[in-house]
Amino acid sequence: MTMDAHDPSMMTMAQQAAAIRAKTLSSRDATRHALNRLAASEPKVHAFLQVFEDRAMEQAAKVDAGEVRGPLAGVPIALKDNICLNYGRTTCASRMLEQYESPYTATAAQRLIDAGAIVIGKTNLDEFAMGSSTENSAFGPTRNPWDVSRVPGGSSGGSAAAVAAGVVPMALGSDTGGSIRQPAALCNLVGVKPTYGRVSRYGLVAFASSLDQIGPLTRDVTDAALTLEVICGSDALDATSAPEDAPRLVDGLETPIAGLRIGVPTQCRSDANHGAVNASLDATLEVYRRLGATIVDVDLPLTDYGIAAYYIVAPAEASSNLARFDGVRYGHRAALGPGEGLIDLYCRSRAEGFGPEVQRRIMLGTHVLSSGYYDAYYNTALKVRRTIKGDFDRVFSAAGNGCHVVLMPSTPGPAFAVGSKTSDPLAMYLEDVYTVGINLAGLPALSMPAGMVRIDGVQLPIGMQLVAQAFDEATLLRVARMFERETGFTRARASV
Amino acid sequence: MADAPNQSSAPQLSAADVRKVAALSRLSLTDAQVEQYRHQLSSVLTYINRLRELDLAGVEPMAHVGDTHNRLDQDVVREPLANSALMKMAPQTMPPFVKVPKVIDDGGGA
Repeated sequence: MTMDAHDPSMMTMAQQAAAIRAKTLSSRDATRHALNRLAASEPKVHAFLQVFEDRAMEQAAKVDAGEVRGPLAGVPIALKDNICLNYGRTTCASRMLEQYESPYTATAAQRLIDAGAIVIGKTNLDEFAMGSSTENSAFGPTRNPWDVSRVPGGSSGGSAAAVAAGVVPMALGSDTGGSIRQPAALCNLVGVKPTYGRVSRYGLVAFASSLDQIGPLTRDVTDAALTLEVICGSDALDATSAPEDAPRLVDGLETPIAGLRIGVPTQCRSDANHGAVNASLDATLEVYRRLGATIVDVDLPLTDYGIAAYYIVAPAEASSNLARFDGVRYGHRAALGPGEGLIDLYCRSRAEGFGPEVQRRIMLGTHVLSSGYYDAYYNTALKVRRTIKGDFDRVFSAAGNGCHVVLMPSTPGPAFAVGSKTSDPLAMYLEDVYTVGINLAGLPALSMPAGMVRIDGVQLPIGMQLVAQAFDEATLLRVARMFERETGFTRARASV
Repeated sequence: MADAPNQSSAPQLSAADVRKVAALSRLSLTDAQVEQYRHQLSSVLTYINRLRELDLAGVEPMAHVGDTHNRLDQDVVREPLANSALMKMAPQTMPPFVKVPKVIDDGGGA
């Protein structure tokens, strides 16, 4: 791996954008470098489902000719392949949408394009964003650039691997229960799930509409802030998008955090965590104490019930959202035999088009919503959801713990081996124990690099998660930036 | 295949239960899939049953975090997606129609 400071794969998005503006780096060179890096790492990592080489180089030439301006002008990026573009395919890593060409572009993607970013490709994911390892892709798993025998996390594993492998400085992911934060943690990246409603969901293929949010995976905090400034803000095309304007985030990043109160849920110091995760939590708290923050023990009593509530709410919504895939209007259509009718068309198209995890979640959702089970499961989960949100509200409120942010691990452990959890869906679900509650509560959260653990002779990243009050991404990013500045953990690079 | 964890509170799904939910989900399954999903879904349902331990008396269900009320748009005509763009997505068409199997008299099932 080249360690040249002018090697774009070593530069952040902000650095690339500044160099392109200053004309010390051409967009064509940056984009060509990304495509070369992609070609070199793909055989080992398989982060991408689609590459737009010609189109990307044409766009880069336009930037270099001064025809395109914007805060991200000329910088190569990637999008998770459940985010629609009006060119190429949007597959959701599913046989169901293998040939699907979207007629429109997602608002978040359009805002990046309007800011001058160059989309070089679409990244791999767990089918329809359902999974925590990117092994549920119909087109083969993605590998972790830190150790290709391990998973990159999921479901935004392709986006995480693309950034960690140095192909692009930023890729968009989507987070329904941890799908940005968990892969960020496993790949030593910053990953942000914005407040529900912050980023338009228009053009994001729906999984669980009350939980889904688009967000960035980046190498450092500044790039996350830069991306959010571009993609946040209300959108007439998404009725659930919040009316708040896009926040100013980059300017406040270097503001010291002395006096801030950081809550640490007692439930997160668990024997079920890998020892290195608990050690990293303690070390992280020590850094924050040194920075002048006050650490407060807080109680989130339903931490161990979040997964149970989530695996009712998310599949319930998924079973409804995915009902649209019927073999008639779009997607895979089964070839019928003699005497087979419309119901056969539905059942066989769906059986052939959806992989096992998607089928499991559709059935689980259908079951918990079905007559006789609705109250016992779905309605109960919605009560738990309100309780979880209330617990967070109490931690943040002046009358409660008065915390500015909550800190906890992003995941119970570092990246696990490919294949080690695929036969046991429940074991895979528990990977998200610290992330799902935040989606249920609609809060903004961020995973940040928090050190390494050496396992079998390989360095593996550990991630810590920060949670803030709704619409307070500014504090979230600032608290993360102060940790980054103090530790330098975000500078470590995978050597794939 | 090994049995799923046999805990006393386990809502063990029968093969018939799985076939019923598969039919509601519009998924055709092989016998082997029914057996595999029976174990996997039972294991997940056993796990989520832990919610029964909680006292949720008096808690209102919350389906959505936003203050959800209907948002009214200005009543102005906008350029919609072209019909041709939508028709292009359909796997089988007989322009200007999307093609489906015969549903009247036979072949429609339900």
